[in-house]
Amino acid sequence: MAVLVIADHDGATVRDTTAKTVTVALAIASDVDVLVAGGSAAAASAAKISGVRKVLTAESTGLGHNLAEALTALGEQLAGGYEAILTPATSVGKNFAPRLAAKLDVALVSDIIEVVDAKTFVRPIYAGNALETVKVGEGRFVATVRATAFKAASEGGAAPIEAVPASDATGRAASFVSEEVVKSDRPELAGAKIVVSGGRALGSAEEFHRVIEPLADKLGAAVGASRAAVDAGYAPNDYQVGQTGKVVAPDLYVAVGISGAIQHLAGMKDSKIIVAINKDADAPIFQIADYGLVADYKVAVPDLMAELEKIGK
Amino acid sequence: MKVLVPVKRVIDYNVKVRVKPDQTGVDLANVKMSMNPFDEISTEEAVRLKEKGVASEIVVISIGPAQAQETLRTALAMGADRGILIQTDQDLEPLAVAKLLKAVVAEEAPGLVLLGKQAIDGDNNAVGQMLAALLDWPQATFASKIEISGDTATVTREVDGGLQVLSLSLPAVVTADLRLNEPRYASLPNIMKAKKKPIDIKPVADYGVDVAPRLTVLKVAEPPKRQGGAKVESAADLVSKLKNEAGVI
Ligand SMILES: Cc1cc2nc3c(=O)[nH]c(=O)nc-3n(C[C@H](O)[C@H](O)[C@H](O)COP(=O)(O)OP(=O)(O)OC[C@H]3O[C@@H](n4cnc5c(N)ncnc54)[C@H](O)[C@@H]3O)c2cc1C
Ligand SMILES: Nc1ncnc2c1ncn2[C@@H]1O[C@H](COP(=O)(O)O)[C@@H](O)[C@H]1O
Repeated sequence: MAVLVIADHDGATVRDTTAKTVTVALAIASDVDVLVAGGSAAAASAAKISGVRKVLTAESTGLGHNLAEALTALGEQLAGGYEAILTPATSVGKNFAPRLAAKLDVALVSDIIEVVDAKTFVRPIYAGNALETVKVGEGRFVATVRATAFKAASEGGAAPIEAVPASDATGRAASFVSEEVVKSDRPELAGAKIVVSGGRALGSAEEFHRVIEPLADKLGAAVGASRAAVDAGYAPNDYQVGQTGKVVAPDLYVAVGISGAIQHLAGMKDSKIIVAINKDADAPIFQIADYGLVADYKVAVPDLMAELEKIGK
Repeated sequence: MKVLVPVKRVIDYNVKVRVKPDQTGVDLANVKMSMNPFDEISTEEAVRLKEKGVASEIVVISIGPAQAQETLRTALAMGADRGILIQTDQDLEPLAVAKLLKAVVAEEAPGLVLLGKQAIDGDNNAVGQMLAALLDWPQATFASKIEISGDTATVTREVDGGLQVLSLSLPAVVTADLRLNEPRYASLPNIMKAKKKPIDIKPVADYGVDVAPRLTVLKVAEPPKRQGGAKVESAADLVSKLKNEAGVI
């Protein structure tokens, strides 16, 4: 039995989420191949993941833009050789995996957080307020993996790389117009060791920049935000942490001026250590925080910056 | 152009969910139910398209129990024209829902199917993509902006890292993200008017679609409780604990 992992990559290397998905694949089967679609240069990094049997690459215009129609067509073309097709639950994975499952007329398991056995998985429902254990039937299935729940497969492999032909989807497909990628020198939110997030309390984009970003930079952290902060335009949309935004599980999560709605908690409650700074002692975020500081952020954040300075940060 | 909007009745997003002691599911008895928040957004978008003269008719469809009529009424009060209820007490998987919707698309021939990106009960985020696959239509998920001109939709999507713009020739499937719009509250006169709008009720069997589940739910459990609630006195106290107790900085 073999499993195909469709990689998450940035065109140059595969992301950590890919090695974590390989961990899940190896728990299902011993033969694991990784497909790097639309970014062959990243194949070398995929080949280094331990336990990978081979790396496949494919190129087409649609794949280059991660279009669901192209990824689905390629997945369909390769599916015959695999019992399961896995991909990280990123915006790309969530976009094409259900399409592929429907084309193959097979089961989809969204957002795996635990492997019970090769056919049985745990996934969060109701914003993580319940965990569902599901078993897939006989035959092939497609799944997305919540990478934050798994350790990355180690490095040290040397899998062969093989190009497979891909043609653009022949049916009716969406076409790429443009994209706006937010460039940042900070770590990527989904994989960061430390995340500093700001909420509605910040009150403006200027204040968000002035308060949250320097604190993040001092800690070498990625920046996140609540939905309220994103909706109000204080932070870009891809900063949103939560049920419908990104799921993070860093070693340290610092929530500044965030109340702790269940939809926000869904995206960060598996962080190792949670710090909350909020002036309302009754804010729900304090119920899950390891260290709660009841204070106005306007005082607390500068104090925190000064204290970090003292320890050489 | 006709727009089809699938809406799901789900537990209200403000309700604190409780898992049943026998681990067979979540307790829905006497719990407030509402329209899935993303479906309010897609309904709102459809109504705006009608107000702009782009959409000619809005058909809302729900697959669920008899009470899902209330959900349809909410959408009708927001401005949809008529409703379809495919009645079932089974909680169908996304693939089964997509197959039923495909059958409805065959009857209704909409130019656009506008769904929510995710139902907040199962959190699957799948039906729109699956419907697009079954129809072989172009898809644009996680939409934060939709512009329609002639038979082309230009959709801005929220993706990891930023935004992506796609062009789709209609008919197509689009799923709504949070920032697409802010749904209106239905006015009292519109709620009254909605009572007279038609809802067609049909059994699943009418569609001759295989809705058998592909997954067996073995159990639904409560997530491990997080120990929290400790407070620190000051920023200095916080930094010292992060460094010496937690060892994370
Ligand atoms: C379908 C759906 C999906 C959603 N998905 C998400 C999601 O993915 N992510 C998400 O975050 N939300 C999501 N939400 C929204 C969520 O329900 C909350 O509305 C949102 O998280 C609130 O953001 P907030 O905590 O920043 O704002 P608020 O709830 O307004 O909290 C602001 C907090 O700041 C504190 N404060 C104010 N001034 C100060 C000060 N000077 N110093 C210190 N503290 C101060 C206040 O005490 C308050 O606790 C979703 C909602 C729905 C319906
Ligand atoms: N039972 C249902 N009835 C009508 N629409 C549904 C149903 N289930 C899902 N949908 C639609 O599909 C979207 C995505 O749902 P899901 O894939 O289940 O997360 C929802 O926002 C609805 O628009």
